[in-house]
Amino acid sequence: MIYQKILDNLPYLLNGAGVTIGLAVGLLVLGLVVGLLLALGQVYGRPGVPFLATAIERVFRAIPAVVLLFLFYYGISGFYDISSFSAAVLALGLRSAAYQSQIFRGAILSIPSGQMAAARAAGMRRSLAVRMIILPQALRQATGPWTNEALSELKDTSLAYTIGVVELMRQASYIVAANYGHTLAVYSSAALAYLVLSLAASYGLNALNRKLAVPGFES
Amino acid sequence: MTTFLETRNLTKCYQGQTVLDDVSMTLDEGEVKGIMGPSGAGKSTLIRCLNGLVPIDSGEIYLGEKRLGDKHTNMDKVRSRIGFVFQDFNLYTHLNVRRNVTIALRKVQHMKKADAEAIAQQELARVGLQDKLEAYPAELSGGQQQRVSIARALAMKPQLMLFDEPTSALDPESVGGVLRVMRELVQEGMTMIIVSHEMAFIQAVADDIVFMVDGRVLEEGTSEQIFEQPKNQRTREFIRGLATEAAGAPAEQDA
Amino acid sequence: MSDFLAFAWQHLPALLRGLQYTLLIWVVVVVFGFIFGWLLAVARIYGNPVMRWLAIGYIELFRGTPVLVQLFIVYSGLPNIGIVFTPIVAAMVAFSLNTSAYQAEYFRGGVGAIRSGQTAAARAAGMTRRQAISYIVLPQAMRIVLPQWSNEVILELKYTSIAFAIGVHELMGEAKLIGADTFNYFQIFLVAAIVYFVVVTIFTSVLDGVERRYALRQ
Repeated sequence: MIYQKILDNLPYLLNGAGVTIGLAVGLLVLGLVVGLLLALGQVYGRPGVPFLATAIERVFRAIPAVVLLFLFYYGISGFYDISSFSAAVLALGLRSAAYQSQIFRGAILSIPSGQMAAARAAGMRRSLAVRMIILPQALRQATGPWTNEALSELKDTSLAYTIGVVELMRQASYIVAANYGHTLAVYSSAALAYLVLSLAASYGLNALNRKLAVPGFES
Repeated sequence: MTTFLETRNLTKCYQGQTVLDDVSMTLDEGEVKGIMGPSGAGKSTLIRCLNGLVPIDSGEIYLGEKRLGDKHTNMDKVRSRIGFVFQDFNLYTHLNVRRNVTIALRKVQHMKKADAEAIAQQELARVGLQDKLEAYPAELSGGQQQRVSIARALAMKPQLMLFDEPTSALDPESVGGVLRVMRELVQEGMTMIIVSHEMAFIQAVADDIVFMVDGRVLEEGTSEQIFEQPKNQRTREFIRGLATEAAGAPAEQDA
Repeated sequence: MSDFLAFAWQHLPALLRGLQYTLLIWVVVVVFGFIFGWLLAVARIYGNPVMRWLAIGYIELFRGTPVLVQLFIVYSGLPNIGIVFTPIVAAMVAFSLNTSAYQAEYFRGGVGAIRSGQTAAARAAGMTRRQAISYIVLPQAMRIVLPQWSNEVILELKYTSIAFAIGVHELMGEAKLIGADTFNYFQIFLVAAIVYFVVVTIFTSVLDGVERRYALRQ
């Protein structure tokens, strides 16, 4: 029975799921940091910086994920022995940064200008006002779209399969290779695993959003 | 009395429009100055220039001996000693009342947490909101928010308070509470500039009134001069308009 | 640099041949995704409980799993139960199924944003419910969701590149082949990236133009 086989191979699938989660967390953190910097550069940067940040955003949004994966993997391994996992975090993380910067920029611009005026009037430097007043509000505004982006990236980690990262899809394909004629059952199990991961991530992120919510910022 | 603040020939253009045109005035220590005039007269822009929130195009602003805009004048430091109360309050929406009042004490004046909280309690008690420490702005009425914003400004121990139409965004029943707090400040001798349409209030508390139209100071004088013997036709019409309006609206009933 | 340009020039024809397949897949996917998307949305909003739950199940399933898994299931899983597609058709089928789930949700949002007075007015003018939905509600909803819809369509253009994983010789597949031939993976993917950038930028601005012309602001 193929389902017995899949059960027997469950440890491998779980291992793959672990790598999938690692990829997702890594790329989202990288995307968060770079995305925030890009958004801040676009809104508050000195002349030239907004243009540069927007150019970076455009480029990473226009190139398909798999092309970026191969580009980074082969581009970097030319001078540095990068693992496919790191290349995937980098490629997908920078692409996510482009999407996240769009989310953060919109959120920053949605904060009424009076908030900055009040902070400056109290003697805060602009950078301090951004850190203490604007960003905490903007990040709360961004939780909804950010959750969508995170869930979408979780699924796109499967693309790292194409450069050989041994994540969930790759583990599933190993099982397929070892069990001729049961492709449908194995990949369906992989799909189920992704579905469970998505639901869990969605549940977790929504719980986090509720925890961060304050009156006036309920999402 | 010593001159506390002086402006000389301020001008400010915004998108090709002259918003301030050659504005000169002085403010003594302990003085309460009212600024009145129709909307679009440049009143808000003027007081925003005084703490540097809006940069001026030409002219000079002296705060004591310090000239604002000089390289060695630290504007953030200057601002931290000038309280500013906005028309629409601008409480930090993500922070509760306590943190709204303490955040600049902690981050700008680098005060210890306990000291900052003691000041917050004291200033909130002064505006009658000591029981709202943990509330968020979204949970307060407009009048309560404005009183918190006054407490937030007072917590910084300002040498000057600027009020930008502090009651214009409030419903009539909230106005009295805010004016009462402001009146107490006047009695304590705070130096203040108040932009407001509250005629009765300004008439009662202001030592000096500046009447502005189209970015220019049209008339300046004591409250009797401006309200009872306005020299200028525009001033007269404006005062009469306000008076008619006030007759139909609830005045500062509990002041 | 001139080496790179010579390399790019040499392999550009093959990449452009691949691009034709990319665009072919994309057009088919956009058309079928649009049709299925609307059918799903209508089933979810106006259908009886069974249709509604089927639509919800479909939408959640396809939005909750990666498109790569869906592609592998369609191409190499379905033959287990006797359904066999060529790679390019498998790609068209998988991507259409995938995007229709996303489009259905956007369409549903658009329908939800239409004020109830619109249907009432149409019914008052003597239209049947079906007429009111097809002539008044759906066209308005489409114009409301135009921005999200164009976004989804552009995403789909980029996702066609995944088809190389099942051996379709679209743009990415051609690049991979040339890379294997020349061992110049980085350079060929760089050329492919530039081609994608140009194509995506062109279609993005075309769709922006459509949006400016037809989008309904709420």
